[in-house]
Parts: sequence; structure tokens; C-alpha cells
Amino acid sequence: MSKFSKKRGKSTPAISTASLPDIIFMLLFFFMVVTVLRDSSLMVKVNTPQASELTKLEEKSLVNYLYIGRPTDQYKEQYGTSPRLQLGDKFATVDDIPLFLEKHKIKVAENKRARITSSLKVDGDVTMGIVQDIKTQLRKSNQLKVNYSAKPKSE
Amino acid sequence: MAKKSSKDRLTNEINAGSMADIAFLLLIFFLVTTTIVQDKGITVKLPPWSEEEVDATKLKTRNVFSVLVNAQNQLLVRDEPANIEQLKDRAKEFIMNPRGQEDLAEKPTKAIISLKNDRGTEYKTYLAVYNELKAAYNELWDEEAQRKYGTEYSDNMPREQKKAIKGKIPFVLSEAEPTAFGDEK
Repeated sequence: MSKFSKKRGKSTPAISTASLPDIIFMLLFFFMVVTVLRDSSLMVKVNTPQASELTKLEEKSLVNYLYIGRPTDQYKEQYGTSPRLQLGDKFATVDDIPLFLEKHKIKVAENKRARITSSLKVDGDVTMGIVQDIKTQLRKSNQLKVNYSAKPKSE
Repeated sequence: MAKKSSKDRLTNEINAGSMADIAFLLLIFFLVTTTIVQDKGITVKLPPWSEEEVDATKLKTRNVFSVLVNAQNQLLVRDEPANIEQLKDRAKEFIMNPRGQEDLAEKPTKAIISLKNDRGTEYKTYLAVYNELKAAYNELWDEEAQRKYGTEYSDNMPREQKKAIKGKIPFVLSEAEPTAFGDEK
């Protein structure tokens, strides 16, 4: 009996939690690095179609986003259901694109300006009319690098 | 000596027990706000704007692979109805013309793919068609790279190799001004 209790008393070293903060910090840094804080809330419904021949957009700072889709339920009454363009955090028309591109351009270093890409996030159910108008406007403003945003195909 | 021991007693350690809690709090904040976005898409180079329309009639018909998409999302490939599944293989055959047929492209450098849609075409159909045509070229580039260099085609290939492949099979896709027969929804 005495032997049993003796052994028990000796063998209870607590697990050291001193390294726990380090582990947590490691996780923290991982999430901090991969986090992108969304800068604009979507006012249009955008469900991009699927495709297989995708390329990745490299530098986030060189990309400007154009959203095209139907207004969400919240804005339906005010703006109707026909497809709209959203630039930044507000609805816009095709004529607002040059100014939008210019505003983005001045934030980018001069030697990188040729690599600016416009990411078109277009809802799959939208008809090509509005997309075409925007493409024409982009061509007129000499913004020729365009990326049609799409989801990878799940097979 | 006695003085030193009193100093020792004063410099007790900062309690690091709450450190984990603070880190957890931050961690949870970032966990919640994170959206690991996969920003991917089909990259396209638009042609520069010019007022005059490119006249496609000057080209030999055998070198033009015309794809039309109407407002009902139906395809017309080289004046006959087709569906999206066949598009990639037909485009590949057209570009390479392995059997030297009279009605397919003379050589890959002369092949032109002409895409025309309607303003009423659905975007997802348009993108699916574009995706297939791009896939055709990607596969051809891949085959060429395998044959020449024994590796598959990728973006981190040496620049000269990529240039050689793209010089042999250039990606030429011209998009005509869309028609406006269909309803825009």
C-alpha cells in the first residue's frame, strides 16, 4: 500500500504550458498573413461561373475589381433587377470607369503600371450586353489586361 | 552579498500565463475575418481600341474558325450547329490540321479563331466557350512542350522556350462586335 501511494505522489509533473503562446502566435501570424480584409461590400449578387483554364492573379495591389451583377435583395427596390456595375463600394455607370481606373493607377508605382489588371467579377446569369459595354470602355481607356474571374471546375 | 540577494527577490518574472489568452483573442479575430480567397480567372488581353472594324473578309475562309453564340446560348461553329463539348477538339484539329485537309488552317501561325456573340448571350456560356478555346491552345502548347523539351507547358518554363512554343502556335482570337438580336435581361 505504501509503495503504491509513494509512486503516485512522485509522478505528477504538470504539462508545461509555457510554449502554448508560441504555438498560438505561430497560428496567429499565419492567419494574419493570409488575411485579406475585404474593402468593399458587395451590393450586387456575383456568382462567377466555373472554368478550367485559370491563371492566378499575383499582386493584389495591381488589381482593380469591377463587379457586375443584379442588385441584391436589399437594393432591389431602389435599383431594379437589371444588371448593374459596382465600382468600389457604390453603383456606377460605364462612364465612371475611366476615373475609377485613374484613381487606382495613381496609387501604383510608375514602373508597375503596365501590369495593372482589371478583374471582372461577373455573375454567370448576366447577359453579355453590359459586359460588352464595359469591355469597350476598358479598351477605350487603354486598360487591356483583363481577368474574367471564375471558380475552378470541380469534377 | 546580502544586497544582491534582495535584488534577486525583487526581479520576479512577468506572469506570461495570460499571453496565451491574448494571442487566442487575436487569433480568433483573424480566423473570423479571413477569407482565403482564390482569386483566379481567365486572363485576356483585349485589343487596343480603334474606330475602324477589322475586315475579316480579306482572310481566307479556310484559316478562320468562326464561333457564333446566339441569344439562346446556341453555338454555330463554321456555319453548322455544334455544342460546347466538341469545341475544344474541333479547334485543336483546325489549328494543327494533322491530315493536311483543304478546309482547315494552312499552318498554326495562320489560324485565326473568330468569336462573336449576341448582347443577349449569357455570360456563363460566353465564358465556357472562351474557356474551351483557351483549353485547346493550352493543350496544344502542352503537346508541343512535351515533344520539344520533354516537360509540360507551364508559366515557369524558360522564357525562350515559351517564346518558341508561342511563336509556333500563336494564340489569335478575335472578337467581333456583338450582334443585338436577343433581349438583355
